[in-house]
Amino acid sequence: MDQGEMTQTGYPQKQGLYDPQNEKDSCGFGFVVDLQARRSHAIVQKAIQVLVNLEHRGAAGSEKNSGDGAGLLLQVPHRFLEQELAKQGITLPEPGAYGLGMVFLPKDPQSRAACEQRFEQVVREEGQEVIGWRDVPTDNGSLGPTAKASQPVIRQLFVRRAHVGDQLGLGKADDLAFERKLYVIRRLVEKAVSRSAIPGRDAFYVPSLSARTVVYKGMLNANQLASFFPDLSDPAMESALGMVHSRFSTNTFPSWSRAHPYRFISHNGEINTLRGNINWMHARQSMMSSRLFGDDLKKVLTVVDTEGSDSAMFDNVLELLAMSGRSLPHAMMMMVPEPWSRHESMSPEKRAFYEFHSCIMEPWDGPASIAFTDGRVIGAVLDRNGLRPSRYYVTKDDMVVMASEVGVLDIPPERVLKKGRLQPGRMFLVDLAEKRIVSDDEVKQKVAGEHPYRQWLDENLVELKELPPPPSVIEPDHETVLRRQEAFGYTAEDVRMLIAPMASTGTEPIGSMGTDTPPAVLSQKPQLLYNYFQQLFAQVTNPPVDAIREELIMAVDTAIGPEGNLLEPGPESARQVGLPTPLLRNEELEKFRQLDGTAASHGFKSLTLPTLFKVRDGGAGLRKALEDLRWKCSEAIAEGHNVIILSDRGLDEEHAPIPALLAVAAVQHHLLREGSRTRVGLVLETGEPREVHQFALLIGYGASAVNPYLAFETIHDQIRLGMIEGLDAETAEKKYVKAINKGIVKVCSKMGISTIQSYHGAQVFEAVGLNQDFVDEYFTWTATRIGGVGIDVVAKEVKLRHDRAYPPKRPIVHKQLGTGGQYQYRADGEQHLFNAETIHKLQFACRSGSYEVFKEYTKLVNGISTNLATLRGLMDFVPTPKPVPLEEVEPVEAIMRRFKTGAMSYGSISKEAHETLAVAMNRIGGKSNTGEGGEDPARYQLEPNGDSKNSAIKQVASGRFGVTSDYLVHAKELQIKMAQGAKPGEGGQLPGTKVYPWIAKTRHSTAGVGLISPPPHHDIYSIEDLAQLIHDLKNANHQARISVKLVAEVGVGTIAAGVAKAHADVVLISGYDGGTGASPLTSIKHAGIPWELGLAETHQVLVLNNLRSRIAVECDGQLKTGRDVVIAALLGAEEFGFATAPLVVMGCVMMRKCHLNTCPVGVATQDPLLRKRFTGDPAHVVNFMRFLAQEVREYMAELGYRTIEEMVGRSERLEMRRAVDHWKARNLDFSKILFKPTVPKHYGRTCQIPQDHGLDEALDTTTLLELCRPALEDRKPVAATLPIRNVNRVVGTMVGSELTRRHGPGGLPEDTIRLTFQGSAGQSFGAFIPKGMTLTLEGDANDYIGKGLSGGKLVVFPPKESTFVAEQNVIVGNVALYGATSGEAFFRGVAGERFAVRNSGAHAVVEAVGDHACEYMTGGRVVVLGATGRNFAAGMSGGIAFVVDEDGQFAKRCNRELVSLSRVEDEAELALVKGLISKHALYTGSSRARAILDGWDEWLPRIVRVMPNDYRRVLEAQARMREKGLSPEEAEMAAFEMNTHDAMRVGGN
Amino acid sequence: MGKPTGFMEYQREPSHLRRPEERLQDWSEAHPPYAEETLRTQASRCMDCGVPYCHTGVMIAGMASGCPINNLIPEWNDLVYRGQWREALIRLHKTNNFPEFTGRVCPAPCEGSCTVGLDGQPVTIKNIEVSIIDRAFEEGWVKPQQPQARTGKRVAVVGSGPAGLACAAQLNKAGHAVTVFERADRVGGLLMYGIPNMKLDKGVVERRVRLLADEGVRFITSAEVGRSFPASRLVSDFDAAVLCGGATQGRDLQVEGRTLQGIHLAMEFLAANTKSLLDSKLADGKYISAKGKHVVVIGGGDTGTDCVGTSLRHGAKSVTQLEIMPRPPDQRAASNPWPQWPKVYKMDYGQEEAAALFGADPRQYLVNTRRFVGDAAGQVKEMAIFEVEWGKDAQGRFVPKEKPGTERVIPADLVLLALGFVGPEKGGMLSDLGVKLDERGNVWTDDEKMTSVPGVFAAGDMARGQSLVVWAIHEGRKAARGVDKYLMYGETVLP
Repeated sequence: MDQGEMTQTGYPQKQGLYDPQNEKDSCGFGFVVDLQARRSHAIVQKAIQVLVNLEHRGAAGSEKNSGDGAGLLLQVPHRFLEQELAKQGITLPEPGAYGLGMVFLPKDPQSRAACEQRFEQVVREEGQEVIGWRDVPTDNGSLGPTAKASQPVIRQLFVRRAHVGDQLGLGKADDLAFERKLYVIRRLVEKAVSRSAIPGRDAFYVPSLSARTVVYKGMLNANQLASFFPDLSDPAMESALGMVHSRFSTNTFPSWSRAHPYRFISHNGEINTLRGNINWMHARQSMMSSRLFGDDLKKVLTVVDTEGSDSAMFDNVLELLAMSGRSLPHAMMMMVPEPWSRHESMSPEKRAFYEFHSCIMEPWDGPASIAFTDGRVIGAVLDRNGLRPSRYYVTKDDMVVMASEVGVLDIPPERVLKKGRLQPGRMFLVDLAEKRIVSDDEVKQKVAGEHPYRQWLDENLVELKELPPPPSVIEPDHETVLRRQEAFGYTAEDVRMLIAPMASTGTEPIGSMGTDTPPAVLSQKPQLLYNYFQQLFAQVTNPPVDAIREELIMAVDTAIGPEGNLLEPGPESARQVGLPTPLLRNEELEKFRQLDGTAASHGFKSLTLPTLFKVRDGGAGLRKALEDLRWKCSEAIAEGHNVIILSDRGLDEEHAPIPALLAVAAVQHHLLREGSRTRVGLVLETGEPREVHQFALLIGYGASAVNPYLAFETIHDQIRLGMIEGLDAETAEKKYVKAINKGIVKVCSKMGISTIQSYHGAQVFEAVGLNQDFVDEYFTWTATRIGGVGIDVVAKEVKLRHDRAYPPKRPIVHKQLGTGGQYQYRADGEQHLFNAETIHKLQFACRSGSYEVFKEYTKLVNGISTNLATLRGLMDFVPTPKPVPLEEVEPVEAIMRRFKTGAMSYGSISKEAHETLAVAMNRIGGKSNTGEGGEDPARYQLEPNGDSKNSAIKQVASGRFGVTSDYLVHAKELQIKMAQGAKPGEGGQLPGTKVYPWIAKTRHSTAGVGLISPPPHHDIYSIEDLAQLIHDLKNANHQARISVKLVAEVGVGTIAAGVAKAHADVVLISGYDGGTGASPLTSIKHAGIPWELGLAETHQVLVLNNLRSRIAVECDGQLKTGRDVVIAALLGAEEFGFATAPLVVMGCVMMRKCHLNTCPVGVATQDPLLRKRFTGDPAHVVNFMRFLAQEVREYMAELGYRTIEEMVGRSERLEMRRAVDHWKARNLDFSKILFKPTVPKHYGRTCQIPQDHGLDEALDTTTLLELCRPALEDRKPVAATLPIRNVNRVVGTMVGSELTRRHGPGGLPEDTIRLTFQGSAGQSFGAFIPKGMTLTLEGDANDYIGKGLSGGKLVVFPPKESTFVAEQNVIVGNVALYGATSGEAFFRGVAGERFAVRNSGAHAVVEAVGDHACEYMTGGRVVVLGATGRNFAAGMSGGIAFVVDEDGQFAKRCNRELVSLSRVEDEAELALVKGLISKHALYTGSSRARAILDGWDEWLPRIVRVMPNDYRRVLEAQARMREKGLSPEEAEMAAFEMNTHDAMRVGGN
Repeated sequence: MGKPTGFMEYQREPSHLRRPEERLQDWSEAHPPYAEETLRTQASRCMDCGVPYCHTGVMIAGMASGCPINNLIPEWNDLVYRGQWREALIRLHKTNNFPEFTGRVCPAPCEGSCTVGLDGQPVTIKNIEVSIIDRAFEEGWVKPQQPQARTGKRVAVVGSGPAGLACAAQLNKAGHAVTVFERADRVGGLLMYGIPNMKLDKGVVERRVRLLADEGVRFITSAEVGRSFPASRLVSDFDAAVLCGGATQGRDLQVEGRTLQGIHLAMEFLAANTKSLLDSKLADGKYISAKGKHVVVIGGGDTGTDCVGTSLRHGAKSVTQLEIMPRPPDQRAASNPWPQWPKVYKMDYGQEEAAALFGADPRQYLVNTRRFVGDAAGQVKEMAIFEVEWGKDAQGRFVPKEKPGTERVIPADLVLLALGFVGPEKGGMLSDLGVKLDERGNVWTDDEKMTSVPGVFAAGDMARGQSLVVWAIHEGRKAARGVDKYLMYGETVLP
């Protein structure tokens, strides 16, 4: 059936690889409130105006006029309702004595009536009275067909307050009693309808039911809200507050209910820990009781409506917390706590509050700006990392406007009292009863003072070290250790490459290149269960965090023990054992084991339960053992044990260990279902885990703490053998624990999670190769999409390991571990696609130009592939009866145009290798990729022989190295790297020893000084941010295609849909197996999934959303043969990337030593001696591409396709190989990969429609380009003054790109173009502008001002009419000057968070900054004339900052890991600082600058110079070399070499 | 891993051979051990490759590239670098039963494919290998290890060359009772009588044989199956049998004068020499002496070299070595890229010694033999040879063609035919058992190394044709696996 004709409500069913669970959304929000609590229609109108001005933060799908959602929350407008109901002859009771329900109902009259009847019935049953219904008038004239088709009937229900009970025995109902009753009614009716058989019941939804607030919302865009709801335009519609929201969702499916606001909140951001939060909430329910609710409590359970979005679920929980007696601010502080454990200056009361509440609830972690209101207070909080923008104005006439952006309301400058912003972890609150703004400090101090939390903690929370000392631990001998190692499947590689290095160095081992071994389910070797799980990671819709540089927001500590009643906690709720890390050493575990419930044990009582099973009973035995274990856990809890130790010690000939992950997950889900999970702490004592991924899984599936006893025994054993030298056992153990801890934190941070506590049980993994039943039983809610093995195979794999430890019949003399072969090829280890033979054949073929040898190569690779090495290896082509003659297939040249080489930075590979690829790809009309290291502008010139070394694709990654206007205009395609297959969610680091002078030059940094790429793009924390960057780049080079690189994981299709809606031209889906110059081994193997899954999901979801026709899909990840390319095309790709194979063609022999700079073939090294060994040649690479294309043609002929275009997405031409009889692989099912969604015929399956980038409406297009023509064409000075508004985004960038195109990287003389703007500038003001442009802004600016500044000048100051103190008010938003490479900026006022992040050359003056300023900076000068936020200079490796430290507290707020603080003494430097401040005073009229200059001698001692240590040392070395008479170039090289050999060099990681 | 930059910092240390003049005076091995420090430095040159070509052991372009028994070379290199000799021994023994043999006699395909050799000189892998095992014996780390349980199955192994010994060692580990039949008076096959003492000291062979005997392997010498021991009893008295009789049939040269005295197959010459050396230090005279003779060795392979070295030690007047192939290039040819076995010009010990004595490499390339000429007594005196060039014949095969007018005569009192081997001896045991032969005349086996006769397996040169000691070990291990599976109902505990 043609679905397009159906009336669809809500999301489509789960189908193919699409799962509605993965849907994401994000947005802009705001509120307007009258501080005097005066209700007026003006507030309503203003709120709507705010919404309209945020429209660009929302999105539309394939139909422009079907928005993703918009809405407005108001106080119940009594005057309006009274007037309306009077028309129906109903008289309303007084305000507060009735509840107003906003109700979405099915269109079908019968269904509607049925829903209404149920509603009325529930109201009556709950002792209240139905006053009546009102039809809410709607006008859907402006709506798109999708929104129209799914539009519900909207009615309002009026409920009269009757008796609501007196739960507290106060003699009268408490203040919230009626609200609580309405909540109970809503929950009951929601449950009643959803469980009914009413047709169309999905449309039923209650946006609000309250005596205080009402929500108007729908599947609208911002502009449509007011016209859709005529109510809102009625002058009688009055409120003292209005909260609005404009939604950007990753799909185009109709959903009316997912519009915000919810009942209490509007949310911008994402909850990363959602699965865990839901699970824990479920678990807590059985322990909940409330005097306020009494028996009504069970009526509202289950609290969390899992059909909702993350925001909706957050709202559900907040609602419960608020209804059960906590104030809204209190509830918000519990759910979104600020980072407290590393906060140097937090008050003891607040710290105690947070610590106490960490015992009863984990944070809801993720980037979030959340506005909340109950109609009496309204406020907002920002996540602990400050990842969303929130700005506010307070006016002199007592109005507060807060929104994601400034400039959303036109407010005359002279009326502005204050301009502020919400800060990380902070709360902004307006109390309408008290008619004032309550400061963060005040409100939190008040909440924190409600109970003696510190005392409660002191009396109950026990530190591990306070537990009684354990009996001594017995140390096993070598033979025993070896036997245990065998039983747990240790390999020599595990010991040699993972455990020993971690124990010796305290860091996780690093590797390079990609992975080319089979997924666990295809491996012929027994695999640990862990290997069937892949880590999820943040991309696009939320950012990963930098756990190293932003350590202050991370928290590793956890607590073990039972939880109390969430709704009414008391001192006992803190009765837990605090742990500094979730890893327990052997003697620490013993401490837990001897807890016996006595006073000495602080009341803790533990029980050790063995996790062993009779190995010969196979799967049945394992299943039974798990059943027993679950039952024993329940029993133990019933008996009052509050710590359970699951232990696999005691394995013997008969008993094998249950895989630790299976044991813990089985117990976890059992106890969650039973509702007893929070009554007990789960400790694992297991010999199994040894590497980071394994610990992350154990914690992620519910273990509170893990004791990896065998890992420790192995360390001891290695020390005894002399294999670990120079360390005693304790030190080695500690180092190992440190390495694992760091690794776990990194895994969390990849997902954007900052606390282990909220990672605990969050299940942020997907399974590859496990069957659905098995997952449903033990790993509930985990995605698993290709089926696979179940408990029988898991048991068999245990047996295979156990048999090695206890050979069943003949104990043969073998005293060694298996080799492994995961990381390095071993003959008896895992098979690798690239091995000695395939590498040799490929090189030989391309060097000698022999297609015959190439075919031998592809035959070998395909042979390995199809012999259970890859998912695609299990696919067969469905033959066609109509093959076409080879000569009718499009030529090799046409196919090669779709080929690209992978993003490999100049820095990760040598100049020779980098240029060889570029030349080769330009010769064939394909595209090479700069990678993230910039490019030498000399390469933009053609070579004498006509070759071009200019990479067609220029990458824009988080580090923004060398991303200048010039770089951008020379691209054919601009690629935004969101993630990299080998290490998705992670940043990178180029150690100083690799930053050779030529690398430093292209990266605009200093030779010898390390460089850090942050994990996130600091201008992309959510999908609408990505849309903004795409828009920025399109402005910076309108001729370039914009591509977004994603890595395959579950839900990547949904993200790709969002990317398409954000107007990207290309989306690249990378497999997890792609290469890297350096990455932790865990990441190379265990993060992300094969591209077959990610690509198929992407294609399916894009087609389903009718977005596929707007975006090209590219695929890469170990593509090696024509077969691979054809399969990728059939699964939906039209462009193809190759990286490892061309590297091999150029000489790479898979040493996997890129990270050591010792590449012996000169490919992945900067060492000049090794580079001389490079033997690659563009002609060889051309041969490779031709051969590949030729092979593709042969397949096409066979399959009957003349063009690639015809072949894209024809997954019906693939089938899963029938004759797979491998004991593991035979359980796989590819039907979801090969699925084709049913969609209307007109939905395109390939990219056909160009994206509308909206450049026509840009200020540059409409006005500025014309205005600046004299300058651009004739270098004549231009000056003008124009108004500006927040909807004018990326102003000046197009002019800048024209300037660069015409006048080159040097630009024009300073001030040739002078444009002055008045008002609030939209995001990315002045992005990438080159020298010769000066933009002056009188007003204020939003986020990303001066992004990528390339020589231009920016001046921002408040309007002349303003009366506030400039240096105390916010002037520019977050992430100003991100990735600036040169130029100047002067901001008179306060800047937001992350000022000048990754600045590599700009000079800037600002009067105060938020947190994380100058993070990762590598060059340039920043002068701060006032206070800074915390974590200043984190990861700053170059450039110098000068901070006027008035209160003497700066040193505390500065992250001094890489920098030193001193006074300014050098004359030249003094002159520079003074010069910059003088310019600032001159350009901005700053009184602060004036005062400092006037009292220079007094101020000078307070100016702190922030200088990176490495940078200083290198600069000093260079100076010394120059003094010795070396030329600047020689001095640079000499200093570099000195630095390389300097053992004291400061490392970052 | 070892030292990441070792390969850049240190050069390959060439073999520490005793000077030719000195070593020609005795029959002892030529290699004094390296100093520990040198070995550690040399081991540090290993790059611990992601794809260790040295360890891979695949056939590329018809030749072994990397180690056929997949020695864990990077691992023990690292261990040696770190001074962990005992651990290195454990890793070495994991894949190689007899590193003291391969470490002495293997042509080291591992070094041919060593990645350091891609641009520079490869790691001295062979030297490190032999140093590990020699040290282990010295330290007393190599001890007999009795299997922990016996299966009660009996297996006969025919032939005690490297394949037979490896097979016996493995089967014994698996708990089977192994009996090895050897037709010679000493155990070791080619290792004992094929390879001269100066290349492989016979004490080294005997030491290993003793160890195997102590572990429970039974050796019966002077027992030729098919002659002194009926072949049928292999089937009737044992649960399985493995034929490791080698490819002992030497390739002959049927030209005029072949029947003259003084023309011998190389093995006749070498075997007799070693036996006499061991029995009587050559005092019994039961060997073919080259003393005072013009010796011509035909064939440029390892056996030819051994003939050269032996003749020189006898005191030959001159030694000439003839090779029909062209002289290999000094550097790899374009058609022979790394990691293929490098077909390049090398001087082995025999040539070095000849050069030291006579001033030149004794090898003459691109020559073929026309005829032998004898004296009246029927003793060969000289031979006529001619030059060839290689070209394609009608079928497109490369064949040597005579260069007209190049015939010349050289003196020849002793001619040694080192032209390789054509295969196993067909009569006797093989025909008695009735095993099927393959098209090349070797014993046919299936993937598990079982012959056409159930329960009878074959390994080594007998099944594979003439090859390297290391392939023989590989074969022996593989056959052991096959036998174990055969005996234990499809399951094997052997690697």
